[in-house]
Amino acid sequence: MAKYVLKRVLYMIPVLLGVTLLVFIIMHLAPGNVAQMLLGDNATAEQVANLQHTMGLDRPLPIQYLNYMKDLLHGSLGTSYTSGESVNDKIMACFPYTLKLTLVAAVFSIVLALPLGILAAMKQNTWVDNVSMVLSLIGVSMPIFWLAVMLILLFSLKLGWFPVYGATKWNSIVLPAISLGLMNMASIARTTRSSMVETIRQDYIRTAYAKGLSKGTIIMRHAFRNGMLPTITVIGLEIGQMLGGSVLTETVFAWPGVGRLMIQAINGRDTPTVMGCIILMTLCFSLVNLLVDLLYGVFDPRVRTMYQ
Amino acid sequence: MKKKINTAEEFDFLSAQKNSQLRDVTRRLFKNKAAIAGLIFLVLLILTAIFASVIFDYEAQCINQNISQRLQWPSVEHIFGTDEYGRDLLVRIVFGSRVSLSIGFIAVAFGLALGGMLGAVAGFFGGKIDNLIMRICDVFLAVPMMLMAIVIVAALGSSIVNLIIALSISSVPTFARIVRSAVLTVRDVDYVEAARSIGVKTPRILFRYILPNSMGPIIVQTTLRIAATISNTAALSFLGLGIKAPQPEWGALLSSGREFIRDYSYLACIPGICIMLTILALNLLGDGLRDALDPRLK
Repeated sequence: MAKYVLKRVLYMIPVLLGVTLLVFIIMHLAPGNVAQMLLGDNATAEQVANLQHTMGLDRPLPIQYLNYMKDLLHGSLGTSYTSGESVNDKIMACFPYTLKLTLVAAVFSIVLALPLGILAAMKQNTWVDNVSMVLSLIGVSMPIFWLAVMLILLFSLKLGWFPVYGATKWNSIVLPAISLGLMNMASIARTTRSSMVETIRQDYIRTAYAKGLSKGTIIMRHAFRNGMLPTITVIGLEIGQMLGGSVLTETVFAWPGVGRLMIQAINGRDTPTVMGCIILMTLCFSLVNLLVDLLYGVFDPRVRTMYQ
Repeated sequence: MKKKINTAEEFDFLSAQKNSQLRDVTRRLFKNKAAIAGLIFLVLLILTAIFASVIFDYEAQCINQNISQRLQWPSVEHIFGTDEYGRDLLVRIVFGSRVSLSIGFIAVAFGLALGGMLGAVAGFFGGKIDNLIMRICDVFLAVPMMLMAIVIVAALGSSIVNLIIALSISSVPTFARIVRSAVLTVRDVDYVEAARSIGVKTPRILFRYILPNSMGPIIVQTTLRIAATISNTAALSFLGLGIKAPQPEWGALLSSGREFIRDYSYLACIPGICIMLTILALNLLGDGLRDALDPRLK
């Protein structure tokens, strides 16, 4: 198992290097002159050239990339174009908010989705199954940002239960977490249902019934553990989705997280901050996927023995 | 001892087989009421989008401002109400559906074409080519799809073409993976082996023997992907990175309606419901297709 973990961790390195290169190239496709933009239209050509030189923007792109990577390996994401602050500081001020939001949304969606999916599978083709699957299909189809706007309309403006935006009050997180988590809840519930439906038809489940085990034991010990594998994969993917979706949720609720920072940086053409945000979110996503792969080993002994 | 092959009979047998398989899938699909409801909704939506300019006048009703009619709640005259410039929201939504749907379909078509080609090549040839293509896909997949689209649009600037580029690039790796695994499962079956041994050329094997037999997952994924792309188009417009006013697009309509959420909530509600219904219809159809193509699941 240790060998497997090591292999997976090592494999992350070239992928993340590839991501930095990819994002670097894309960001530098952007037309326009950054120095000119920062100085405004009144700047002389000399001033622009000077600033370009101090920022290193007059060097060839490969050299710029190598310089960026050198800084990155020393743990620095560079300096923001617009505010002059270190990108690390900017992102670290926002990251706890995104982490908190994603975690609360993930817990909310998993805690509700698993029982819903299992229940629907147990009561397959009854009204319980139909209602919960129709609801989760609607959940999957709802755009995050629209849900967010509707939640604000109902619970903040009409009922006044929660603040409209910001992260200042203790209950500020409720609406952003629901709008971020609901879609994932729906797709986790759907996956859980379909994999449980498949699992409970297996021979070993029939055997367990024939042995006279109670229904609860069979569901929890025999079906659930085996049916969990696709669900774990989806949960991993959904957390990645949430990191992307947090851009929308954070923008609507003015939640001071990394997603909102990234949109602000894009509007201000602040390339280092945009790159920093992307790298951080990609790193998180990769770590979640690593965790998912490792959980496979925990849940499925066959995976464990494969790497012994 | 050589038995003479009656080619006519042979051909009939093959086409009968093919027909009955297609008929089976269609029959199973038509039994699924939800999927058919989704299909009907989509057909109506597409027809409205195509004939929008026959029903309404784009310049007069969708772009020109009419301040005396501004911000009217839905009524008999304006079923969906009017926006802050007095334009009928129904007209704007109908023309908006053109933008949303065409971006969704075109971006997925490009993504499917490019991703499918890469996946088919990777799966069929294996070895170093496979490794190279899939490692590049890994890099793309390591960035959450929405973020990738945001970065590409932010770098290229917001226009319909760039939006399509961004959204199709972000769906290339998914299609590459699906087509690759579909190709891998049929690559070594006997009829492909047989085709190769009688000297059928590689491209022909790919297009005539392998791809038709791996269509199921590709069709399903295409449907679901169109839904995701329409949603992402709206999301990008909502963030101000997509379609710009006065051109109507569902996400942009929702975004501009947000300013009036307190007193004129219909301006944000209705475009959102349209996005949701369209995605719901595509999801229902996608699920129905999956069940119809793979009856073991139901």
